[in-house]
Amino acid sequence: MAAKKAKALFDVNKQMEAIKDQFQTLQILNEEGEVVNKDAMPDLSDEQLKELMTRMVYTRVLDQRSISLNRQGRLGFYAPTAGQEASQLGSQFALEKEDFILPGYRDVPQIVWHGLPLYQAFLFSRGHYEGNNIPEGVNVISPQIIIGAQYVQCAGVALGMKKKNAKSVAITYTGDGGTSQGDFYEGINFAGAFKAPAIFIVQNNRYAISTPVEKQSAAKTIAQKAVAAGIPGIQVDGMDVLAVYAAVKDARERAINGEGPTLIETLTYRYGPHTMAGDDPTRYRTSDIDNEWELKDPLVRFRKYLENKGIWNEEMEAAVIERAKEEIKEAIKKADATPKQKVTDLLNIMYEEMPVNVKEQYEIYKEKESK
Amino acid sequence: MAQLTMIQAITDALRTEMRNDEKVLVFGEDVGKNGGVFRATEGLQKEFGEDRVFDTPLAESGIGGLAIGLGLQGFRPVPELQFFGFIYEIMDSVSGQMARMRYRSGGRYNSPITIRTPFGGGVHTPEMHADSLEGLMAQQPGLKVVIPSTPYDAKGLLISSIRDNDPVIFVEHMKLYRSFRQEVPEGEYTIPLGKADVKREGTDISIIAYGAMVHEALKAAEELEKDGVSAEVIDLRTVSPLDIDTIIASVEKTGRAMVVQEAQKQAGIAANVVAEINDRAILSLEAPVLRVTAADTVFPFSQAEQVWLPNFKDIIETANKVLHF
Repeated sequence: MAAKKAKALFDVNKQMEAIKDQFQTLQILNEEGEVVNKDAMPDLSDEQLKELMTRMVYTRVLDQRSISLNRQGRLGFYAPTAGQEASQLGSQFALEKEDFILPGYRDVPQIVWHGLPLYQAFLFSRGHYEGNNIPEGVNVISPQIIIGAQYVQCAGVALGMKKKNAKSVAITYTGDGGTSQGDFYEGINFAGAFKAPAIFIVQNNRYAISTPVEKQSAAKTIAQKAVAAGIPGIQVDGMDVLAVYAAVKDARERAINGEGPTLIETLTYRYGPHTMAGDDPTRYRTSDIDNEWELKDPLVRFRKYLENKGIWNEEMEAAVIERAKEEIKEAIKKADATPKQKVTDLLNIMYEEMPVNVKEQYEIYKEKESK
Repeated sequence: MAQLTMIQAITDALRTEMRNDEKVLVFGEDVGKNGGVFRATEGLQKEFGEDRVFDTPLAESGIGGLAIGLGLQGFRPVPELQFFGFIYEIMDSVSGQMARMRYRSGGRYNSPITIRTPFGGGVHTPEMHADSLEGLMAQQPGLKVVIPSTPYDAKGLLISSIRDNDPVIFVEHMKLYRSFRQEVPEGEYTIPLGKADVKREGTDISIIAYGAMVHEALKAAEELEKDGVSAEVIDLRTVSPLDIDTIIASVEKTGRAMVVQEAQKQAGIAANVVAEINDRAILSLEAPVLRVTAADTVFPFSQAEQVWLPNFKDIIETANKVLHF
């Protein structure tokens, strides 16, 4: 005799559907560069729109050059960014200088546009401490390698700003895989409990190295993870620079008005490998999915939008590409000219005052280095 | 001067520094209104307000991140980790992050953080409360690890720790919190980090200890005295970095040494002390440097503490081995 199915106490399907309905994707520009959501249109001047495009084109060139410099052995650790320009630069463009960025390892472009000199970004890639010695007044920290750590630290930076009554925000980035970490949850939950001015961005590029986002969680969106912290969660088309900009601008307003943090999920894609250290996406991604996302290229749709407005053309783009190549060449030269690191340098930056063991070793290495 | 317990001296140090420097923030699980599970932060929220003394959600890693972030904003965080055994939850924030902050930023940023945390056996705590994990911390470049054994030392060392512009792990032995009182000066005074203290002078053997083992060593020294043995007891006070000069001067004088720790033999920092003595004073040694430690098991079920924890008898036994080598 078949067991009689008990009547469910709760309509869990309805619950799941209702959650999904709360996290619709915000889009302003479609793939053709047409405005599909006039109400959400951010207030940006023609100059600002051109600057946004300039930065996206520049950063695409930076990615291409970085990959090639890495292959020549002139750069070290490098995590490709092509495809994520709207997500990375649209969000950074919504910030003010006093806002503090805690980037992940793929988020070098944001800190460069926030003021980190390019040659230092290259030194970071090569593994030189001067790359991380952020200039005074540039409110960023070097890219975080421990996935999730930047989230708990972001809650702390934001709480510090709140305690100082500063009208600024702390912003941090992680990827889709990073949302499985404990620190991801603790970070957004702390910021929520302290109503701290933080913006948490998840760049969902669908893969954590070879693991697709479906294997990270059964949740239908990442944005809905904000619910666990009791904070707003927004999902945006991460290939649409205007939508990303609008969402971050909105979150920033709420944060500086004392309304607490926001979690923003950007749906994006990385065209390249996870890093240049031997990852091969053809092992886990089909060309179908790559082609599908190529059509969503953030540069393509924004270019169309600006061209239709009559404020962008091929010449302008060629000029940006030329400038990017020149500046990259200069930056690499400057990185090359940076003095090599010595063990005494490394001992020197450990503490404000050297403890006895460090002091002793400093003398030993100073002697070695003088020979 | 006042007769204070170690926990009172700790509260006094916190109050002193909070009055001195408005950037000092005290936070953790139940440190606010409740005054801490051991009353270490008693009365602080009342005096300084919720903005400076506040409770956090129950998440150690989050507390570590909070401290780092507040440090980046110019504050001087003094977070509390409720029990040292919970350090595993916050290992990345401590060893992976704040310890490396100055170095990884080429000196641009620092972490002026003091983590206070209780540990230590002998008070029948439940699992993961009493473990001696200072050995883990001592292995991380960028950290300093301080373990006081008296009210006087606790206050002066905590004030120094808070003022230090690099991260300090300040480990407080639970058994010593209220076990005795001592004269502690009012107002501020400091004890330099990285400086040991000769708690008892002697000429026949150097007993190097820290934490609750300092008192066991002193008790053992009294017993040894009855047999005509003059033991010098050195309280390390800071287990990383070690005060090499004080250790070596003592060993050169006595010619015999032993190191006493509550941690298991494979843990703690005793092996480091032995290695330093071997490196620097082997020609002074009449005998090998032996260690008194706990057995290499997980920290005991509370009923087994008495047979497991090292005590003054173990110290006397080992001292005799060194003396009659």
